[in-house]
Amino acid sequence: MSDQLVQIGGHGRGFGATTRSDNWWIGPTLTFLGLSAFIVYASWAGMQGAYYWADPYLSPMYAPLLFVDPTAPGSAPVDHAWFGTFPAWWSKLDGLLPGLPKRALSTPAALILIFPATFRLTCYYYRKAYYRSFALTPPACAVEGVRRGKYRGETHLLLFQNLHRFALYFALVFIVILAYDAVVSFFKDGQFGVGVGSIVQTVNAILLAGYTFGCHSFRHLIGGRKNWMTCDGGKASTHHRLWLGCTRLNGRHMLWAWMSLFWVGFTDFYIRMVSMGVITDLNTWD
Amino acid sequence: MSKRTFRVWRGDAEGGRFVEYNVEVGPGMVILDALHRIQAEQSPDLAVRWNCKAGKCGSCSMEVNGKPRLSCMTRISDYEPEQIITVQPLKTFPIIRDLVTDVSWNFEQNKRIPPFRPKAPGPDGKLRMWQEDVDRIQEFRKCIECFLCQDVCHVLRDHEKKQNFVGPRFIMRIASLEMHPLDTVDRIPQTLREFGSGWCNITRCCTEVCPEHINITDNAIIPTKERVVDRFYDPVAMLTRKIRGEDPARAREEGKVP
Ligand code: SF4
Ligand code: SF4
Ligand code: FES
Ligand code: FES
Repeated sequence: MSDQLVQIGGHGRGFGATTRSDNWWIGPTLTFLGLSAFIVYASWAGMQGAYYWADPYLSPMYAPLLFVDPTAPGSAPVDHAWFGTFPAWWSKLDGLLPGLPKRALSTPAALILIFPATFRLTCYYYRKAYYRSFALTPPACAVEGVRRGKYRGETHLLLFQNLHRFALYFALVFIVILAYDAVVSFFKDGQFGVGVGSIVQTVNAILLAGYTFGCHSFRHLIGGRKNWMTCDGGKASTHHRLWLGCTRLNGRHMLWAWMSLFWVGFTDFYIRMVSMGVITDLNTWD
Repeated sequence: MSKRTFRVWRGDAEGGRFVEYNVEVGPGMVILDALHRIQAEQSPDLAVRWNCKAGKCGSCSMEVNGKPRLSCMTRISDYEPEQIITVQPLKTFPIIRDLVTDVSWNFEQNKRIPPFRPKAPGPDGKLRMWQEDVDRIQEFRKCIECFLCQDVCHVLRDHEKKQNFVGPRFIMRIASLEMHPLDTVDRIPQTLREFGSGWCNITRCCTEVCPEHINITDNAIIPTKERVVDRFYDPVAMLTRKIRGEDPARAREEGKVP
């Protein structure tokens, strides 16, 4: 802690100034470590461009598959990609970035990770999490943060946070895609079955839905923006029911945020390990 | 009965210092009891504001071991027996003396908010609304105006932006008026430009300290921010209104709210 200049009321001044005697720094430190670990893993896994497919499983970090590079190990068959193989010029871009993994740019993940990343970046919960743990504005309640006097809140550079609902629209599309992928994970060569991977992918879709449908912007758009919760003179309304359901999820938004974040990483990891042959998937097909 | 040490800030706007008191404490005692015992037995001139001793008047706000608390609702036994308990006045408001601060700035903010203006009654001379319509707003009515949320809000506390931001308690008052189905005043432009909704970065300390457990951030501030987005930042909503020729301020004045 910096030198605290004791002022009126016995309150310190300067970064970290506080009279709190509890371990207030544990929360922001854990958040910092948790988010950093996920960012490192997601960037690494996304840049691999390989081992994201283990028939019939597809890593959620690579869904939807727009283009694929069928020469990469553990890649999905070309007919699973919406637009086929990567154009040749695209694959050449990889050479421009020495030091990064071989397929850092021609990875299917590069095209789609931006959507969930933007959704979480502008999420009202994650904003709190990284404003506290990364930006230190403030690190904890009644603990002085940084940028004293220069702080502008969300009035200036951070105005883009107000566009969170547009990230939500894409996230809703992703729920459909990931739910579809979860259903597909129960069918191998046209035959129904169940594998650990199918369950992992299904849980993933459920957790992401719980996170997305508890979104504050969603809660506003489906009912919160209205002032009348009843309609036509006291009758129950659909928007009120939807709003109540969303409110229930919203009350645990932080929990859903962490569970779904962890599970996306875990799903990718599980499928990657199966695809690499490190672990064997238990299922009804083999 | 056992002895505990309290470190109480004593002073005024000119300056002051912490004074240690050893106080006999018993089961069930709260911080305010200890302060009263100090007044009774050691320092009759210790300034403390209080009124109800039941967590309902919001007068006894102060900071205990660095956290904004109602001193009448904070049990001494919540602190480890060996711990010295530090008691300070609120940081965000000017000191009057010892543990008493001048919170009148909050009353000034309240006056800036255009009050409730109900729409004209129906043909039978009555205005009707249903419980479901106002459930949301009733949560905000629990507020006891202790101003602990205003004290902890870093925008006011550390960055001293009292010129820019009215603070969580009053964004919540705006929310309760804006969500009211019978109200006819449009406060959204003011909420952005004058009351400073953008200064809050939703780090939730107001919600953490509220003794009434009002979910200020999720239920009042974020919904208000979303209403500001509807009006000023969502290009699709703005364009749609333009094409349809809608004017939300006028619609509200005419009592036509969705
Ligand atoms: S959530 Fe906003 S209003 Fe509440 S304490 Fe934090 S910055 Fe202040
Ligand atoms: S909202 Fe809660 S913390 Fe703020 S003044 Fe009201 S009761 Fe106190
Ligand atoms: S607020 Fe968290 S996803 Fe929208
Ligand atoms: S004395 Fe009334 S709230 Fe504490």
